[in-house]
Amino acid sequence: MSQPSTNKITAAEIIAEYLPTSFQNFLIELGSMLQFFIDFFKNLFKRGFEWNAFIRQCFEVGYRSIGLVSLTAFIMGLVMTLQSQPTLANFGAESWLPGMVSISIVREIGPVITSLLCAGKIASSIGAELGSMKVTEQIDAMEVSGSNPMKYLVVTRILATTLTIPLLVILSDAVSFCGSWVAVNINSTMSAMLFFNKIFATIEYEDLIPSFIKSILFGFAVGFIGCYKGYNSNKGTESVGVAANSAVVTSSISIFLIDMLVVQITNLLY
Amino acid sequence: MDSAIKTGNKTLENNVNSPEYVLEIEHLKKSFDDKQVLNDISLKLKKGENLVVLGKSGHGKSVLIKCIVGLLTPDAGILKVFNKEITDLNKDELTELRRRIGFLFQNSALYDSMSVRENLEFPLQRQDEPLSKEELIPLIEEVLEAVGLLDAIDKMPSDLSGGMRKRIGLARTLILKPAIMLYDEPTTGLDPITSSEISLLILDIQKKYNTSSIIITHDMACAKVTNDRIMVLKEGEFIAEGSYEALENSEDEFVRSFFESTN
Repeated sequence: MSQPSTNKITAAEIIAEYLPTSFQNFLIELGSMLQFFIDFFKNLFKRGFEWNAFIRQCFEVGYRSIGLVSLTAFIMGLVMTLQSQPTLANFGAESWLPGMVSISIVREIGPVITSLLCAGKIASSIGAELGSMKVTEQIDAMEVSGSNPMKYLVVTRILATTLTIPLLVILSDAVSFCGSWVAVNINSTMSAMLFFNKIFATIEYEDLIPSFIKSILFGFAVGFIGCYKGYNSNKGTESVGVAANSAVVTSSISIFLIDMLVVQITNLLY
Repeated sequence: MDSAIKTGNKTLENNVNSPEYVLEIEHLKKSFDDKQVLNDISLKLKKGENLVVLGKSGHGKSVLIKCIVGLLTPDAGILKVFNKEITDLNKDELTELRRRIGFLFQNSALYDSMSVRENLEFPLQRQDEPLSKEELIPLIEEVLEAVGLLDAIDKMPSDLSGGMRKRIGLARTLILKPAIMLYDEPTTGLDPITSSEISLLILDIQKKYNTSSIIITHDMACAKVTNDRIMVLKEGEFIAEGSYEALENSEDEFVRSFFESTN
């Protein structure tokens, strides 16, 4: 049998030799994220789900974001309507306003803006909290006591964001419609019944389903990246800030990437 | 190693698998990038023994005990806890083993979002067969009484002083009734009176729970009170071993320097 050549160059050596360090670091980060993703799914199906921690996280992530999301959504709907109204009025198409605004909100602006807000508020807080637990050796303490920090800290947080962010998006859409109706009534008069009838006549399942799927993926991305950055932060006070900051940046970018992919896929399907 | 004192790898190898020892380490090596932190470490820990490891900061003391508990993976060598090679264990076996090893972190590592009671309940509720609330109460009270802080049961970690945090950290590890205790600088950052109380507590725990302990420290008062045997670590290698009195009169200047600083 022929022996493998000892001079054979491995893929790792080629990467180390020819690729720039920044790209090598990117690949290492990607590999580490993939491992974290696998660990998450392994622990997701392990016996003894942490229900109490999950409910607490849903409260922290979802309930505590209602005020911020609602205020932003109301202003978003109001401003969008105020800016679109004069243009549509020029064409005598003011009656299209509720339909046009609702489709923009449901398909794109509602999920993206709400998820970006959550990236800023939730991903940073998860990144900082887990980063601080790492620095103060609380995660190590869980491990050495025979507890499973991945199950207690990570699985519960990712599931909480995956569940609550789509619900926040639904809330945000509804509040945006209210903001839009208020804006319509600043310059003209339209009853709430007529306004919402026009909205529901315009929106179809083809608008709602992709938006909902997108929101679930955004929720997963926000939780996953927040946890990954915090759980893998270095040991030092500075790294807590770095973890929080990079959690926001990476999850924001991933929201746009997911949005781009889902739009492409749903355009093919519908 | 200091010639006046003992231990060589030969002695260690002759005693492998002896039930007398709860921990056996041979030729352990660990490096980070290009820095060799542990270089050919060998030690044995007897049942019920308090072994003090002395050494300067950055010479690998904490790395050694993190390898023992599986938080770090050694590059080479044999590391047997209760006669099981730690690097051969799968995740579930390692978790099971860790429940028999208590680890007191340098900064206590209390879960700061939980009260003292919740800190103590946390490891117990995550056993294979979790205990009911009624079963937990006497266990929590027993360990809090052992560390003298029963009245702090509903306090948050942020309300506790450094010494109290150490005691609660100790209670949290004791609640699992470990056979081996690893103390990572248990008296660092504490005033002399509290340090002395913690040192006496370590002795009490050894007697009450019959634990074997490794105490990582450079606090000589703590070492004097707690030691059954002392090993001195320098640049990732043990250079001396013996009793407090024997090492105090060591010919090695580095070893002696620890004792001179206290006199």
